[in-house]
Amino acid sequence: MPVPTTVRSKKDEEDGVDQGDVWDEWAQGKALIKPPDQLELTDGELKEEFTKILTANNPHAPQNIARYSFKERSYKLISGVDQMAVHFVLEGTLIHVDSDEARRQRARQGQTEEAAAPEEVEEAEVVGEEERSDSVDSKMGKKEQKVTNQFNFSERASQTLNNPLRERSCQTEPPPRCNFSATANQWVIYDAYMEELQKQEKNKDKQKSSKREEDKSKKKQMITETQSDDITKVAKVVKIFERMVNQNTFDDVAQDFKYFEDASDEFREQEGTLLPLWKFQYDKAKRLSVTALCWNKNYQDLFAVGMGSYDFSKQGHGVLLLYTLKNSTCPEYIYPTSSGIMCLHIHDRLSHLVAVGFYDGCVAVYDLKAEEGGAAQPVYRSTAKAGKHTDPVWQVRWQNDDMDNNHNFYSVSSDGRVVSWTLIKNELVFSDVIKLSLEGALPECLEVVEQPSIACGTSFDFHQKIDFLFLVGTEEGKIHKCSKAYSSQFLETYQAHNMAVDAVKWNHFHPKVFMSCSSDWTVKIWDHTIRTPMFTFDLNSAVGDVAWSPYSSTVFAAVTTDGKVHVFDLSMNKYEAICQQSVVAKKRTKLTHIEFNPIHPIIIVGDDRGHVTCFKLSPNLRKKPKEKKGQELPKGPEVEEAKMEKLLSLLREPDYSSI
Amino acid sequence: MAEVEETLKRIQGQKGVQGIIIVNAEGIPIKTTMDNSTTVQYAGLIHQLVMKARSTIRDVDPQNDLTFLRIRSKKNEIMIAPDKDYFLIVIQNPSD
Repeated sequence: MPVPTTVRSKKDEEDGVDQGDVWDEWAQGKALIKPPDQLELTDGELKEEFTKILTANNPHAPQNIARYSFKERSYKLISGVDQMAVHFVLEGTLIHVDSDEARRQRARQGQTEEAAAPEEVEEAEVVGEEERSDSVDSKMGKKEQKVTNQFNFSERASQTLNNPLRERSCQTEPPPRCNFSATANQWVIYDAYMEELQKQEKNKDKQKSSKREEDKSKKKQMITETQSDDITKVAKVVKIFERMVNQNTFDDVAQDFKYFEDASDEFREQEGTLLPLWKFQYDKAKRLSVTALCWNKNYQDLFAVGMGSYDFSKQGHGVLLLYTLKNSTCPEYIYPTSSGIMCLHIHDRLSHLVAVGFYDGCVAVYDLKAEEGGAAQPVYRSTAKAGKHTDPVWQVRWQNDDMDNNHNFYSVSSDGRVVSWTLIKNELVFSDVIKLSLEGALPECLEVVEQPSIACGTSFDFHQKIDFLFLVGTEEGKIHKCSKAYSSQFLETYQAHNMAVDAVKWNHFHPKVFMSCSSDWTVKIWDHTIRTPMFTFDLNSAVGDVAWSPYSSTVFAAVTTDGKVHVFDLSMNKYEAICQQSVVAKKRTKLTHIEFNPIHPIIIVGDDRGHVTCFKLSPNLRKKPKEKKGQELPKGPEVEEAKMEKLLSLLREPDYSSI
Repeated sequence: MAEVEETLKRIQGQKGVQGIIIVNAEGIPIKTTMDNSTTVQYAGLIHQLVMKARSTIRDVDPQNDLTFLRIRSKKNEIMIAPDKDYFLIVIQNPSD
């Protein structure tokens, strides 16, 4: 507020209430309008100065106000007087938008506004269709109703310079590209589907159980472990490759095995020859001798070799080897043993089970299917507690499963016992079948008294058809015909040899015939119903082993310690071998065992230096009866049996006639 | 592991065997008994050949697969065992 107003008289102020303030503002820059009753003052009067002083004190304020003070019980002058003087008070016309009054006011004005509103909207819409951007502004302007000064109003506008438009761009490096092309073969599609199927199955498995997941994680670990040394993956292939390489190197041998027939046989009457094929040898078992041989019935190229020693002053470790004809350089399976192996037998049906008898009296069963890690150990092994033999086990033989379908095998040992072993869960359960004695089987009570008279069993064989019947050869040279049913008695005793019986073998075809061999240089052929031998052959050397051929009832082979293989065909020659061939490289090598392959016309022969040699029998050694043209010859076991029977009958007749 | 190594050694010891190469799925030799350049050459070429051969077999019957490949040449025999993750190549001169 300008200073002069403060000094105006009250009357002036009252006049100026409605005009003064307004006039003050608008007066500037405009022509002065003098009121008619204005005092005319002279220049001197105008120039006269009135000095006025502004003080903080209100000149009109009373200075002598006295009030009664209750504290001092007397009237006292009050010093603090209100110095403020109010010259002018005016109630404002402005109302706050939100106040009640404003609302009431709006309500009052509402009707008129509403009437105006539709017009505005219409306008806005028309404008909006044309220029969107402006429409908001225009609306705002209308709404706020900016009141222009109607007295002094001018509109000014100016346009700034527009910034010139500038274009800026940059190019990034293009992402790396490559071309991919593939041909979707039928098998690619097939693989993709199979993968998907596997995934789905996996997911199902996962959902099935959470426990399994733990196992899986373990398995995964296993997998990762195996992945690290991925060379193990080639293990199987490498094995096959070894065979392939061997096939190439020993191609001539393989050809001989399959196709070679000794042409010179045609010009010989009866004699035949043995053609050496593969030679099997394992470096780590050089010092050991072959103590047992057995073909695998299911895989005709696979055979087991037991290594030990027959020299009883040099007993030590042994080894069980399984060779295949497809790889003569290295055994397929190797099981080192702490004691020398004396005998073994592969199960006819379950060809992965190998029963083994040891020099220390143990019997054990090896499972070829067992995991590689634990392969060195047998799955079953007899113990001292569970009926272990006290002397070397000379022969083991698998038998048919018992009534509970447990596998079982028999063993014979020098301690005079024939024991039946049954595989139950993870142990071998034994039961003595028979105890051998010099004077027939012992009754149980006399066992202790007649201990020294126990006979030592060295070999046995079970009858092909009559399940309970079996033969036991002893160290004393006797052969006992026994039955599984009677443990106290022999059915028959043959005074067979003067020395230990090395082998007894039933004929594969004729149910009555068996053969025995001994270190007393002889091989004898028996009819088990007759106590004297039907044939006796003296081979001029200790006979290590004999074997009947699987293809003819009259053919058998024997090996002697002088390194010769003797092959007989009784239908050809009843007195002499039709083949007698020395098959060892060094003179002093002794042959220990012989086995015919069940299918192929080959034999394997083991010697005491750890070699196993395979021979092919020449055509004369497996001759069929003379073939007549246009006449089909009957074949089969009956024919073979008849052939043998014919021979036997020839022999029996003179016997009976002499009696 | 040791057993495989032993078998490989035995194969290498066989007469006429000129070399053994183990090649992984990418065709990179991971084990070899031959010199570097020969190995690389064999691995590269045989990889292609095996792929083609397998493709042929599997195109005829998707459930079938190539298991072995033996190539008999004038001078030697190349035996290949293709697997998912590796090939085994053995080169042998059978007439030696």
